Amino acid sequence: MIEANNYCHQSRDRHIVIIGNGIAGVTCARTIRKKDHHAKITLISGESAHFFSRTALMYLYMGHMKYENIKPYEDFFWQKNRFTLIQDWVTQINYSEKRLFLDQSSPISYDILIVSTGSIPKKIGIEGEDLMGVQGFYGLQDLEKMEAKTRAIKHATVVGGGLIGIELCEMLRSRDISVTFLVKDAHFWGSVLPEEEGMMADRHIREHGVDLRLNTSLERIEGSSDGKVQNIITDKNETISTQFVGMAIGVTPNVSFLKGGDLSLNDGVLIDSYFCTNIKDVFAIGDCAEFKENPGVNRKNIEQVWYTGRMHGETLGYNLTADRALPYKPGVWFNSAKFFDIEYQTYGFVPAASREGVHHFYWEHPGGKVGFRMTFDKHTQALLGANSMGMRLSHPFFDKAIKNGWKINKVMSRLVEADFDPEFFESHINEILKAYNRRFGTQISHQKPSFWQRLTGTSI
Amino acid sequence: MKYLQYLGLALFVGGLVLFSLVPFIGEFTLSREIAQEKLKPEHSELLKQLSPMYGVTYPNQVAFVSDFNDYFNAYNEELKAEEKWDEVIYEDYAFSLTKASGHGPVQEYTVLFFVAALLLPILGALMYILPLHRKEPPGIKNDGIYFSSMKNRGWLGILTGAYLIAFYVILYWYAEYLTNLTVLVDGISKFLSGQPASQWFLYGLLYTLAILVMGIRMFRRYRGNPYQIIRTYSVMFFQLAFAFIIPEILVLLNMPWHDFKNIWPLDYDFFFDYRIEGMLGSGSLGMFMLVWGIILIILGVPLFTYFYGKRWYCSWVCGCGGLAETLGDPFRHLSDKSLKAWKIERYMVHGVLVFAVVMTGFTIWNYFSGFGLLGDATGMLHQWYGFLIGAAFAGVVGTGFYPFMGNRVWCRFGCPLAAYLGIVQRFKSRFRITTNGGQCISCGNCSTYCEMGIDVKWYAQRGQHIVRASCVGCGICSAVCPRGVLKLENKGEKGRINEHPIIIGNDSIKVEK
Repeated sequence: MIEANNYCHQSRDRHIVIIGNGIAGVTCARTIRKKDHHAKITLISGESAHFFSRTALMYLYMGHMKYENIKPYEDFFWQKNRFTLIQDWVTQINYSEKRLFLDQSSPISYDILIVSTGSIPKKIGIEGEDLMGVQGFYGLQDLEKMEAKTRAIKHATVVGGGLIGIELCEMLRSRDISVTFLVKDAHFWGSVLPEEEGMMADRHIREHGVDLRLNTSLERIEGSSDGKVQNIITDKNETISTQFVGMAIGVTPNVSFLKGGDLSLNDGVLIDSYFCTNIKDVFAIGDCAEFKENPGVNRKNIEQVWYTGRMHGETLGYNLTADRALPYKPGVWFNSAKFFDIEYQTYGFVPAASREGVHHFYWEHPGGKVGFRMTFDKHTQALLGANSMGMRLSHPFFDKAIKNGWKINKVMSRLVEADFDPEFFESHINEILKAYNRRFGTQISHQKPSFWQRLTGTSI
Repeated sequence: MKYLQYLGLALFVGGLVLFSLVPFIGEFTLSREIAQEKLKPEHSELLKQLSPMYGVTYPNQVAFVSDFNDYFNAYNEELKAEEKWDEVIYEDYAFSLTKASGHGPVQEYTVLFFVAALLLPILGALMYILPLHRKEPPGIKNDGIYFSSMKNRGWLGILTGAYLIAFYVILYWYAEYLTNLTVLVDGISKFLSGQPASQWFLYGLLYTLAILVMGIRMFRRYRGNPYQIIRTYSVMFFQLAFAFIIPEILVLLNMPWHDFKNIWPLDYDFFFDYRIEGMLGSGSLGMFMLVWGIILIILGVPLFTYFYGKRWYCSWVCGCGGLAETLGDPFRHLSDKSLKAWKIERYMVHGVLVFAVVMTGFTIWNYFSGFGLLGDATGMLHQWYGFLIGAAFAGVVGTGFYPFMGNRVWCRFGCPLAAYLGIVQRFKSRFRITTNGGQCISCGNCSTYCEMGIDVKWYAQRGQHIVRASCVGCGICSAVCPRGVLKLENKGEKGRINEHPIIIGNDSIKVEK
């Protein structure tokens, strides 16, 4: 714990400036405003005038939504909460004078500065990466670029078997563009998904007409004389003619504008568990922040996920307005995604590769589109984590079970409570139980709901 | 397959054009015999008034109706001038006389026209719908919705809305121009009820067909989602059986036309004297209609809504809901999600409920006390309610505005039964949409596709369950959610409403949202 006065600048009308209006920065601003009615809060973003859901950008391209739909708050929200919004890019920061220099507007002073600038797409540094029609996908400007560059094209290539890669495939397929998908690993998202889930995703990606090339990386990109992308060459020396290349090999903290300053950086802005940087009254949260020390067991120092951004914002916002600041302690890990039509959820610790002391139980529906996995400690039998594909699990259930170290048998006997699939969907719990009992020689069952319970969804 | 679909589309559009032209085909000739047959004996005076029309062949019904109205109105004006109030004719003879006077290809080749203007468009629609998403795996099919002219208020959408509005206006207030169309369906009407088709029979048939055909579209579209499919079967069944076939059979049995699933105050004239007399005059079945109707109001609505939320009615049983969920499905995202719209909605829908309750209160009071002064006021209320709410709002705006304001304009802003169900749902029900911990990413799909204009993500992103009076429980928010965040449930009342949710996953601090 750190006393408020030692933690950050305290004054009635302090000016808190947040660079970036993504989920981390906005959550932080909102959390501050709940407790501090006097502070002047300014959010600066060059990307967009208002906060939007980055994870939903793909739906704009696919025509599921328009820009207004992906704004989490209506436009009146900002003025109502007295947030000043500036649409501009920060060019330079003078930390000793506490001043920010902007590209278009005049400089502004701050009392507290929060860096929440998010990420930018990673580059590999290969030949042809700067050709026209080669791009990453992260922000609004990327979307606009992609919109222009994929109009009336026939074939596109996506490089990188992760979440943005599969999103790009889905986006392009929604416009009937044929797609070659280069994935370095033996299956999709090899760094995160265990083999069975990865293979299920592979099958489904192919079912959507994507030419999925596993164990394949990009060697170089060839362009035409007018600088447009023409071919890609893989490490297997195959040449594929293509008109667009989506680079989705990951993201990296967006901190290049901070380089050469006094702020200490590694890949991201270096912070302690209180989000403090090396400079007083300067904090960093979200994708762009890098913890000097692991924030938790089996956690990474840079976590570029919507939910962690939100938690960073929440915690820092709390700290800036509390009597005592508290260190960031993330709870049970959770994440989710959707691979075309198959939803994926994960809770706790589910390593992609086998690990000493970690047992796996995996069940898959014969249809090959639903899967469920649990990991548990070999010795204590305590639940470590769970994965689901094509079925929905209850977050509160697994949060509780993992946090309290429920033994796997207890989890199994109460698994009905974890079913979050919509009403009338085929329940997989019984099949999972059967498979579990077969494998471990147990006889776990759950009470069948009475007719009344099934009719009304309740036991009186 | 693509070509089959294009052919289907062509058949549908061609059939629709023919359908729209049918009213203009043929000639109209009134004869004394026809007039004698159609006019009630007490109106035989009118026979003389109309005599200049006898034997005159009008090239279309516009001219016919115009002449008829001239003679008819002149007669009434005369009576009014002479203050013979008892003799003024309030019956609508324009429809029956026009219909009986028509002759031409439609009357001669009725079957041919029936096939070309009704069956072929249905066939065409099915040819287009059945192959939809054939080679795609089950999943959400929202690709390109915002690029579609029909679905995103483009010219096709505007044209469709305008057509629907025009159709409703003519149907409600100028039905005499639609007589030829009713000729096409006389056969079905006579088969079911023994009566020739009125404009309301034509409307009921088209309405049912729209729900059935577009219901099949729902099966294609929501393949892999049992909730959507079962729900669609349900609205198709209730429309076909309860709103269409059973009432016609009742008429065949000399009973009043009655829809057993329609509930006051949506069924706003349930307590009007002619309905009450109709039911009381129809023996034990009529008595059952009355008792059943009252049971639904005072027991059915609160009880079912307590257990299942208002969805048991709005998106499983109701006819308006049935049309909205099938024909209206392509337009569901056009509802306004703003806070302002919600405010307007609450005033309007509860305003209509108050209007309906007051009107019905007067009606019942009047029925039992029977004094004349209040009778006039009641009649006035009936007229205004019927015009403003029953016809203009529920009909013209309710359906005509699908392509402009989404498929639930009536249900959201106007339906007094939805308001009643909503009050129960908000304050005494086990139904809620559960938010799954902290999994929401604020993507906005749920809000976008909420036909009732609920900003679902506003709740989901702060980890709060969704308990809203207007939610009809269509389940689409849950279907389109990419992260498995939303689940419609009937569970205990405990923890159902949580004004200060805390998002789980962060052990550092607990921040109330």
